[in-house]
Amino acid sequence: MPSKKKPFDVKETMKAAAEIRKGVLRALAAAGSGHIGGSMSLAEMLAVLYTDVLNIDSSVPDMPERDYVVLSKGHCGPALYSTLAYKGYFPAEELLTLNKGGTNLPSHCDRLKTTGIDISTGSLGQGISLATGVAMGKKLQGIPGTVYVIVGDGELQEGQNWEALMFIAHHKLSNIVVIVDNNGRQLDGYTADICAEEDLKAKFEAFGFEAVRADGHDVRALYDAFCAASECGKPAAVICDTVKGHGCSLSEIDGFNHYMPVSPEDAEAAIAEIDRRLEVAYEHIA
Amino acid sequence: MSILLDNFAPDTVEMRQAYCDAMIREATANEKIMVIDADVSHSVGTGRFYEAFPDRAINCGIMEAHAVGMSAGMSATGLIPFFHAFGIFATRRVFDQIFISCAYQKLNVKIIGADPGVTAATNGGTHMPFEDLGLMRLIPGATIIEPADATMYGQIVHDMASNYGIYYLRTSRRKTVRIYRDGVKFETGKAIQLYDGSDVAIIACGIMVYEAIKARDLLKAEGIDARVLDMHTLKPLDKAAVIGAAVDCGAIVTAENHNAVGGLGSAVCEAVADEYPVPVERVGVFESFGEVGTQDFLQKRFKLTAEEIARKAKICIERKGKRL
Repeated sequence: MPSKKKPFDVKETMKAAAEIRKGVLRALAAAGSGHIGGSMSLAEMLAVLYTDVLNIDSSVPDMPERDYVVLSKGHCGPALYSTLAYKGYFPAEELLTLNKGGTNLPSHCDRLKTTGIDISTGSLGQGISLATGVAMGKKLQGIPGTVYVIVGDGELQEGQNWEALMFIAHHKLSNIVVIVDNNGRQLDGYTADICAEEDLKAKFEAFGFEAVRADGHDVRALYDAFCAASECGKPAAVICDTVKGHGCSLSEIDGFNHYMPVSPEDAEAAIAEIDRRLEVAYEHIA
Repeated sequence: MSILLDNFAPDTVEMRQAYCDAMIREATANEKIMVIDADVSHSVGTGRFYEAFPDRAINCGIMEAHAVGMSAGMSATGLIPFFHAFGIFATRRVFDQIFISCAYQKLNVKIIGADPGVTAATNGGTHMPFEDLGLMRLIPGATIIEPADATMYGQIVHDMASNYGIYYLRTSRRKTVRIYRDGVKFETGKAIQLYDGSDVAIIACGIMVYEAIKARDLLKAEGIDARVLDMHTLKPLDKAAVIGAAVDCGAIVTAENHNAVGGLGSAVCEAVADEYPVPVERVGVFESFGEVGTQDFLQKRFKLTAEEIARKAKICIERKGKRL
């Protein structure tokens, strides 16, 4: 059974996911374009982590015993920035500086620029190793806290990931959770067409992980899965089945949605759509 | 008293043993130091560290990319990882991991590349780094050290552990010719002048420092007075020493166990071009991959010898005052 680290409020977390998406749209509209597909598929994962799971304090962002998040798919920085703004790490207006010269919010996550970013990422395939180092450093020094590392399914084509997984299993690291944003797509198309990964759960299990699949857009399922993963006492992975671009019709397209132009009008319409969808979803819960 | 020994002879201990001794001493005083290996612990000589500090040494297995990334993550929690591999695997194979996972985000990882250049000897071309210095010089903020012998290991390791940032230590693991007396002072970024001279300056690093000393004797027999500098720190380069050599001698020969592009020769050329152009001749490996053989054979094969330094010194002196 998952622990009740914090009282779980489905509506509150769904609202957080909606706000994260809205922040992404505002940021991308201000920038004119950006990595929308992979940012949108992350919204529920980040909402659950930052609203319900992580031991963090935005007023003490470098608290040593904090839980860490490593967004290995670093190009989805806008989703993490939107989350951090929502959680009060910096003012929401700062999202409008995305990718502008001198900004603290570059396209890819940068620990030296952005309050609340623990590890810089952007060169795919390196995040699990970095997260493993943080987890190992915590373990060796007796520092509490879990490291949550989010990778894309396409990103798992990079070989270094599998080196890291083998290492985590060998060292029986239980203070790290690997989260896969399994949206089935990569920049150039569908992962199944480019280099199919087949059964990721079986692959993780073969590497010695406790692996589960979860609906990556169901906050309750994600909450249960993340809590179980962090408490299972073994190397753990949560494979989150998602839809690239999920959340608004602007990015829910079969065509290229890895990186899209976003106009202010696009963003306004998408934000209104997200609000409408949230209301409908609330009615289903009630 | 000279900082140099009266007689130069192969050291009684291997470089790797001296290195490991230095690491154990430093780690005794600094509990943050970690040793990270990628399955060549036996070769690079960190084995006794595992006995001394079993909880502070991790052999990752044959996964250099992960080992570097993991080291970077560890350093984010305050530990000081020293990652060891053969030079090619410590740099070329993991260049992006060093660049992005370590240096770009200003983490604190120390990289030790064993078997530089021809010291890889019988491991041959696949294991012979002639380009590691060039690669590492391209990393903003990195510090690069290649000592001539094992004398200064204690100070070097202390310096690496005490100063935050990316270090690359390029070092042979075998017995090397001992040139320094005990107690010689090592200072990062400060070249050591072994001999003064006014006709030409020989600027060398690593195993080529001993060749430079021998070249000085060859030149002296011909009435040429050569200054000899041990440029143990390639980055940050001791520009004052380089420019001083340019001003005082008017001609410079560089000598490195590395490609003539990218390493010490390039660094010296850049420095004099920026501030005080004089003729520079480079001794190094030109447009070649490594090969198999004894170190002695390979030094002759690639002209990494005192004779070649002396030959190029004379060419360089001839060029003085001519159109550069």
